[in-house]
Amino acid sequence: MIEARALSKRFGAVAAVRDASFVARDGEITGFLGPNGAGKSTTLRMLYGIFAPDGGSAHIDELDVAEQPFAARARLGVLPHGAGLYNNLTARENIRYFGALQGLSSARMDARVAELCRVLGMQDFIDRRAKGFSQGQRIKVALARALVHDPRNLILDEPTNGLDVMAIRNLRAMLLDLKAEGRCVLFSSHVMQEVAALCDRVVIIGRGAVLADATVASLRQGAPSLEEAFLRILDGAEGLS
Amino acid sequence: MGGLLIVLAKEFRENLRDRRTIMSALLFGPLFGPLLFGLLVSRMLNQSVTESDEPLKITLSGGERAPGLLRYLEGRAVVISRRTLSEDGARSAVRGGAAAVVLLIPENYPARFSAGAPAPVLLFADSADSQARKHADRARAALAGYSSAVAQLRLEIRGVDPLLTVPVAVNDIDVATPAGRAVIVLGSMTYFVLFAILMGGLYLAIDCTAGERERGSLEPLLCVPVGRASLVGGKIAATSAYMCISLALSLTAFVAAFRFVPLERLGMSTNLNVGTAAVCFAICLPFVPLGAALMTFVASFTRSYREAQTYLSLVLLVPTMPIIFAGLYSLKPKSSLMLIPSLSQHLLMTSVLKDQPVAPLDVAVSALASLSLAALLIALTARHWRRETLLG
Repeated sequence: MIEARALSKRFGAVAAVRDASFVARDGEITGFLGPNGAGKSTTLRMLYGIFAPDGGSAHIDELDVAEQPFAARARLGVLPHGAGLYNNLTARENIRYFGALQGLSSARMDARVAELCRVLGMQDFIDRRAKGFSQGQRIKVALARALVHDPRNLILDEPTNGLDVMAIRNLRAMLLDLKAEGRCVLFSSHVMQEVAALCDRVVIIGRGAVLADATVASLRQGAPSLEEAFLRILDGAEGLS
Repeated sequence: MGGLLIVLAKEFRENLRDRRTIMSALLFGPLFGPLLFGLLVSRMLNQSVTESDEPLKITLSGGERAPGLLRYLEGRAVVISRRTLSEDGARSAVRGGAAAVVLLIPENYPARFSAGAPAPVLLFADSADSQARKHADRARAALAGYSSAVAQLRLEIRGVDPLLTVPVAVNDIDVATPAGRAVIVLGSMTYFVLFAILMGGLYLAIDCTAGERERGSLEPLLCVPVGRASLVGGKIAATSAYMCISLALSLTAFVAAFRFVPLERLGMSTNLNVGTAAVCFAICLPFVPLGAALMTFVASFTRSYREAQTYLSLVLLVPTMPIIFAGLYSLKPKSSLMLIPSLSQHLLMTSVLKDQPVAPLDVAVSALASLSLAALLIALTARHWRRETLLG
């Protein structure tokens, strides 16, 4: 479970995130939706402990990220925005590096890499250097890197950016598998359709504040389309501020 | 600590596959100095040999007015080419490079010579041209020889002992040892060694910081349950490892180069062998973490590979400055100077190569000063890595 409790973050005079609270539950895919510059990445960075919140707290499985950063990170896999690989290392070496930093034993590492290689379909390029990888291959390795320590929780920041249709479809299938295993998946996007196709719940953020936290079905009620519902929620917030 | 070793091992292995790192750390950095050095010394040797062997060439105008001088010069195996030149012609011949030295005998020479008055000769040479200047010096010496020979004859004819004109006899005694005479050569060598150390870690320092940020691997790395000090410590350790290799290669190349360069023929010698090279390695070792920490610290503030390269090429100049000062003020090893990194290593290495005694206290102070500064820079780098602004 990933939980934001009244998170706030300022950069100078700009309030990037204001009093944001929401919960991403186990066995669900939670979409984190908002226009560009709404504070998505900043909120996620507070959840995975790279930014210290000015107010509120972030929790991974009830562990406070600020108080127990290492214990929280051990339970969390992160695929940050635009995550890159080490081009001079093979896919396997890229994954093993992060496994080692997560403190995996050698035997466990071999088992995990073999499993991820099978699950993510990386057999063809697992021992090739990352230099010439396609975007789809890169995202697989980056995802395997985030999952190498078998975390119960996963945060993905705009994972579909720059991916082609095939790669997006693959990624969706992978996320659904993770959900079926009972994991908690939180992923951000600025594309409504992507979220609708995949998520159980949607958290909508605009101008740093949480505007809606609801199931996809309840958001659809009373609006001609999900996109329309999204726009109405954002417009409502414009009117308020 | 475990995290530090994992980062160290990964950075070491990854960069072993990077052509740029290999070129700068293991090829260009360590071999540039010894190669340049070998070429330079060989050229110096060739020059000094040709200078003493080659006959002096003088272009002479108006030689018929000074037959005695002409005979004297010919007797000294001076190669004389006779031309008739005006003063302006002589000037332009030297300027244009047609002649290195032009000796012009003016019209009033015979009259003044016969009268026993100082007879003028005009010697044209370009003092800005170091080659021509040497010829001019030799021509001047030949003319002075003729002048004093004539003077002695004139005194003898008048019944005066020519030795009266030499009241003081100066005997120059040069106490410079052959090793000491090589000091300019050695000064440049210690610089190349320090340069090779920094070159060895240059690309690693960039790749570990700006490179990591540029390719987007920094943020996932910061998400692992390992302290920032361990992450950056591992990177500095990997950079230091490459710098040690570069240092060892550079010293080895110098030892090899000195085998092939006959320094003795230049009246120089140096105490560089496998043993003293090992001592130099030990002297330079504390400079390695300092350089690694400095480059990593600077590169941590840059946004891109290119920006890091720009700033770090300035950092490469840092070790030269104290060495230039040492040259300008001809600094001798002193305990207080041992507090200045790079200068202390330069002075200590120079002493070792000149076969002079090195005080163990100086070595200790030099090492301690460099290591303390390294520790400070590592702490500052770790502090910067804990900041949120690191991600930009």
